[in-house]
Amino acid sequence: MSINLLSDKGVPLERQTFTWKELVPEPISKLNDDAFTRARIILMNGIESEALRFGHAAARMNRHLQPTLALVRRVEQHQQTLVNWLLSADHSPLETTIGYEQVAIEVTAHAAQREPDPYLAAVFRFGLLEDFDHLYRFAALLDRLEGKDANNILQSYTDIRPGRPTMVEHRHPLDDLRVPYDARKAHPLTRLHALTVTAGEHQAHDYYMTIGPQFADPVARQLYAEIASVEEQHVTQYESLCDPTETWLEKWLLHEAAEVYNYYSCVEYEGNPRIKAIWERFLEYELGHLQHVAELFKSVERRDPAEVLPEKVPPPVEYTSHRRFVREVLAREVDLRARGHELVPANREGPESPSVQYRNVLNREGSPSEMVAAGWVWRPGTELSGVVHIHGRMQ
Amino acid sequence: MNHGVEMGMNRTGMDMAPQLSDEMLENAQLPTPSGDEGALAQMRTDYIDVAEPLGSVPPPLSLKGAATAAMEMLKGHRPEVLLDKLSERLAFERTAVRLYDALIQKCLAVSPHADIPPLEELRAFRDEEARHLELVAAAVRGLGADPTTVSPCADTAAVSAMGVVQVLSDPRTTVAQCLQALLTAEAADNDGWLLLIKLADVLGLEDLVEQFQGALHHEDKHLEHVRLWLSEMVINEAMVI
Repeated sequence: MSINLLSDKGVPLERQTFTWKELVPEPISKLNDDAFTRARIILMNGIESEALRFGHAAARMNRHLQPTLALVRRVEQHQQTLVNWLLSADHSPLETTIGYEQVAIEVTAHAAQREPDPYLAAVFRFGLLEDFDHLYRFAALLDRLEGKDANNILQSYTDIRPGRPTMVEHRHPLDDLRVPYDARKAHPLTRLHALTVTAGEHQAHDYYMTIGPQFADPVARQLYAEIASVEEQHVTQYESLCDPTETWLEKWLLHEAAEVYNYYSCVEYEGNPRIKAIWERFLEYELGHLQHVAELFKSVERRDPAEVLPEKVPPPVEYTSHRRFVREVLAREVDLRARGHELVPANREGPESPSVQYRNVLNREGSPSEMVAAGWVWRPGTELSGVVHIHGRMQ
Repeated sequence: MNHGVEMGMNRTGMDMAPQLSDEMLENAQLPTPSGDEGALAQMRTDYIDVAEPLGSVPPPLSLKGAATAAMEMLKGHRPEVLLDKLSERLAFERTAVRLYDALIQKCLAVSPHADIPPLEELRAFRDEEARHLELVAAAVRGLGADPTTVSPCADTAAVSAMGVVQVLSDPRTTVAQCLQALLTAEAADNDGWLLLIKLADVLGLEDLVEQFQGALHHEDKHLEHVRLWLSEMVINEAMVI
């Protein structure tokens, strides 16, 4: 499939309508569908959530854009609903969390490998190892709280092993800011990657903040509090990669292009025909949004969308296991830390570092991410399988 | 429409992706990190030590001056324990009515393509659960207490029932899967009545004992029938090609 971002018209905005029944389709099967179908649903929910978030922020700052933003945003709302409602109710919140971390790992690993800007690629690799550790900690919680194997969700695509320890991921806010790309020079893919990864992380943050208090177990409540805090750091990190000198309309155009790019990727990789039809429909809707905003860009800013967008949509996000790449990055870069905008070896982060002091305060009454995984290594069928436990200790 | 379990492309097991699984198994060979679940247990203990209760039982009117005959009999005891368990039964019976509503709806939807329990009996059981609800509400009022209250045990019973509600209300579940979930509710309900009768008995509330034994008789029948329907349905499913 070939998509032209500058000329494909898609479905006009006025024809993008829904019924309540359409918004609530048959969900996927937790047991039978491919893990990457779930991953695409989770990511696209995040992409749509970002579209709404951005649209509201833009409306608060641009009165003249409010009517057109309201029109597009309502469609995005219903797209997000339909996508998010594809998750079936037999996923426990913790199982869905495993899916969220799988998305963060595999999609960020793809971006890190295809990213043309070496600095952004390094930042993606840096964040990737942190989400990789979150998966390990949540998998331990799933085993020790619900007695379930996280690999039933991951379907062996994604490793479960420690990454950069979550307890050292806590940084001073100023050590989470990175250097933005230069909009005048950046490759289009760089801008799409930054938006995609930011959207995914923001949704993970919001999801953890919603479900964290739904757990009764204090260990789970603390772990969600801890990891939600890191996800907020990740949003701070990734959004700071986007050039803040881009105009509101330029950013809107990029958001729509990122939606096209991501729905296109879903279409290219989806194996479930019913879900693929949804991706195809929404790809056409997003092309309609993109053209709508492109016209605004021309009429309001008197600029050519070709200044911002490539003609041809970039190659799709590869929804495959990136295990080899992740293991290589883990072996090479697990000991990196952040100091200001830089990523530095751990030995260059002295005891006076604001981040060290910051995390020492947070961790001084214990670290939930350390406690939950103490003595825990992933085993098929949970740590209880094939091992005799007496009073909680392996024999 | 889902009529029963089938062979298919279930991807949760490792055998479905042998090559990926071989790589995945390398994770299980990693050295075990230091420590054990002791730190987790300690954290949980620390929270348990300082935890506040879920809530309380409000004082009945009799303690505010409007004494009832039944409450007079509880003098020297702790009426809040009985009121808590009555509130629990009340909440449970209310949910049970909704569980039967959901099961009846599902049976109507799948019939005549699939085996279902006798609808008349399901409807009778549903109505009995509704009558039990009224019975307990009247008992609570008789003690001068408020049947609209959610007591701590009513709250935990509702949390326990959440999974059963999810199974019964999911359009994808089969009648047999719903009966399996309902069985856990009926078993708990049955024991709930037994305990309530014992409690009323030791407190000397003979009228309540008599009324509650009638409800227990119904619940015995519910439990027995749900168990039977479930086993018949599963065995038939396994035997018929």
